[in-house]
Amino acid sequence: MSENMSELSRRRLLQLTAVTGAGLLLAACDVGGGSDTGTGADSGAAGNGEGQIKALFMKQAGYSEDDIRAMTDEFQKKYPKIKVEPSFVAYEALHDKIVAAAPASTFDVVLIDVIWPAEFGSKRIVTDVTDQFPAEWKSDMLGGALATAAYRDRYYGVPWILDTKYFFYNTDMLSRAGVDPASLSTWDGVLTAAQTLKAKKIVDHPLIWSWKQAEALVCDYTQLVGAFGGKFLSDDGKSIAFNTGGGLQALEFMKRTLDTKLTNPNSVESLEEDVRKIFSDGQAAMALNWTYMFNAANDPQQSKISGKVGVATTPSGPASAPGVNGSMALSVSSGSRNQKAAWTYISYITSAGVQDKYAKSSLPCWTKSYDDPTVASTLPQVVPVAKKQLANLIARPQVPRYNEISQILQAELQNALLNRKPPKKALDDAAEQARTLLA
Amino acid sequence: MSAAPPARPAPTPPATRPARPARRRPFARRAGGGQTRLALLLLLPAALVVFGVVLYPAGRALVISFYDVDSPFPGRYPFVGLRNYTEILADDRLWAAVGHTTYFTLVSTALELVLGLGLAQLLAAPIRLRWLFRAIVILPWALPTIVNGAMWRWILNAQYGVANALLTQLHLQGDYRSWLGNDPFLALNMVVVADVWKNTSLVAFFLLAGLQTIPRGLYEAARVDGAGPIRAFFRITLPLLVPNIALVLVLRTIEAFKVFDIVYVMTGGGPASGTQTITFFTYLQAFSAQRFSSGASLAYLTVVAILLLALLYLRLLRQSELMSP
Repeated sequence: MSENMSELSRRRLLQLTAVTGAGLLLAACDVGGGSDTGTGADSGAAGNGEGQIKALFMKQAGYSEDDIRAMTDEFQKKYPKIKVEPSFVAYEALHDKIVAAAPASTFDVVLIDVIWPAEFGSKRIVTDVTDQFPAEWKSDMLGGALATAAYRDRYYGVPWILDTKYFFYNTDMLSRAGVDPASLSTWDGVLTAAQTLKAKKIVDHPLIWSWKQAEALVCDYTQLVGAFGGKFLSDDGKSIAFNTGGGLQALEFMKRTLDTKLTNPNSVESLEEDVRKIFSDGQAAMALNWTYMFNAANDPQQSKISGKVGVATTPSGPASAPGVNGSMALSVSSGSRNQKAAWTYISYITSAGVQDKYAKSSLPCWTKSYDDPTVASTLPQVVPVAKKQLANLIARPQVPRYNEISQILQAELQNALLNRKPPKKALDDAAEQARTLLA
Repeated sequence: MSAAPPARPAPTPPATRPARPARRRPFARRAGGGQTRLALLLLLPAALVVFGVVLYPAGRALVISFYDVDSPFPGRYPFVGLRNYTEILADDRLWAAVGHTTYFTLVSTALELVLGLGLAQLLAAPIRLRWLFRAIVILPWALPTIVNGAMWRWILNAQYGVANALLTQLHLQGDYRSWLGNDPFLALNMVVVADVWKNTSLVAFFLLAGLQTIPRGLYEAARVDGAGPIRAFFRITLPLLVPNIALVLVLRTIEAFKVFDIVYVMTGGGPASGTQTITFFTYLQAFSAQRFSSGASLAYLTVVAILLLALLYLRLLRQSELMSP
């Protein structure tokens, strides 16, 4: 063994480095590809509207994997000349997967979050579909849904999942504590109810949130920023505003519920799925979560509290009660060589007929669906709540560098929640780091 | 070469003479130009692959690190010289990540070495069913890191995790606690635990290989001279294992320095960025923030750091070889 080791001497290592260096010089001849068309992304082609396409979805919240496979099967029966191959990744991996797959044009259809059109549109990772976007869709879709795929008056996809965070509560726990669900219409009321639940030892930690260092944390924070009347950016969009007023009060509120032990301390390592599990296990009385939790928490196969789930619009703070816009859209990737077929597929699965059929997993983007008795009857408790909540949404900032700003914000919010910095200092630090990213 | 043969002599089978060990020196000039050419020809595919998948991407990344590439597509991007390097070196998040990486590397490598040494001794012991124990010990190493990370994430889950259930029921802790979410330093240590659990077996097997080359006679002689097992360990086993220890240290340090997947799966860099390592930060810069140039310059800084580590280790190794009997 020692003989082998001495073969790899320092000299040999330096020689190897030199050879590598020579290789590097060769590669240096090619700077960033040869294209002269700026960020020349539109290497795709319309195609003949037939053949195979690949679609990228997430396996989390919204429509389930089974739903999407069923929709796709129905689509293929109707359009036998197009073959669709769906793929699924966790939401946390979705953005990076889209970016990494873009140069190779691996996917023709990608699911994008409401926070990405600015980034993906300006970098031409997805195509601008404004010209194909029928005028009647603009009037027939709900406003919150339309905003999902729009950036600077252009459309970069078709809205598909219209979602916001609703307030869920365990009706059984509340009645045992003698709390009137109507008192949960304000965050003050929620805190009082939580204190009662804790004092009567009905549950250790009445509240559970998704406060892991991830986008989920920013979603919860956004909803509270809205409740406390805060803003992410100043009105001209040129400076950061979350470190003052409502933005600061929202974080102080979060911190207070942790300090008073009304919030489950494991919130800081939970995502939406963890919230669902803990709530469904009867280990929390109240939680914010996406629409899908209503159906999941009422499913006896995966929940111990089936039939005891109440849902309401988000509680209001001193300012108002907007829900975070957590919608998603389907886009055609710029590199797709089969953009026509991709558009056919997107048009089909975003259509009102298909969305109405799967309304149980995700509510439709179409205004008229909410008056459709079949949709209303699939989720009779949720639809009236949704009608009210979806009219009042708050958006996260629509800026190309949103993802980077969000990462900074997530880390600083956690610094405050974990007692490593006072809330004001944490938000000031986040604002300072994010300042240069707005330009 | 001076007197070229009119025709290539037919390869005559070696009639009675035993084959000369010509294979050992395929490039020897006497073997003839044809063989050299054949050797180069045979090497060409491998060389092309190495150039295509290693050298070219590495070179491209270096070039990218001098430009401001902010999209995954080819195109024209402004040349910024060393600005990416200066900016990233001035970023506090990088130095926090360097701190986490250094701690992770030192602690996990040290623990793996100490535990691996003990484990190797056990595996070398003449006991029954030794093959079975060896097979069991290699299992963690056989597990993909992603699976290992997911497993530990579940074990350490604050609400449902086995670790909490076990420790509470044994009355070693009063109540369920958070392992990965509340305290960044604790979370980093838990990632170390998961890494040590997996990689100790590799270290143990490297050292076991070394142990088996130590002649039994040395121990017998030591016993005759009145040395106990502890003294024999420090005077015989350890000095003779130095080359193996050095090798495994080089491998493990470099691997630990590049740690990414287990962090991605177990903590996602949280809580409060407390488990972000250099490679994780590089990944975030390149793919989440689409700062490909920044990511490329980070990757090159990592390469330089690893190169320095490797040089240091090789020097230590040579010294230890000179000293070892």
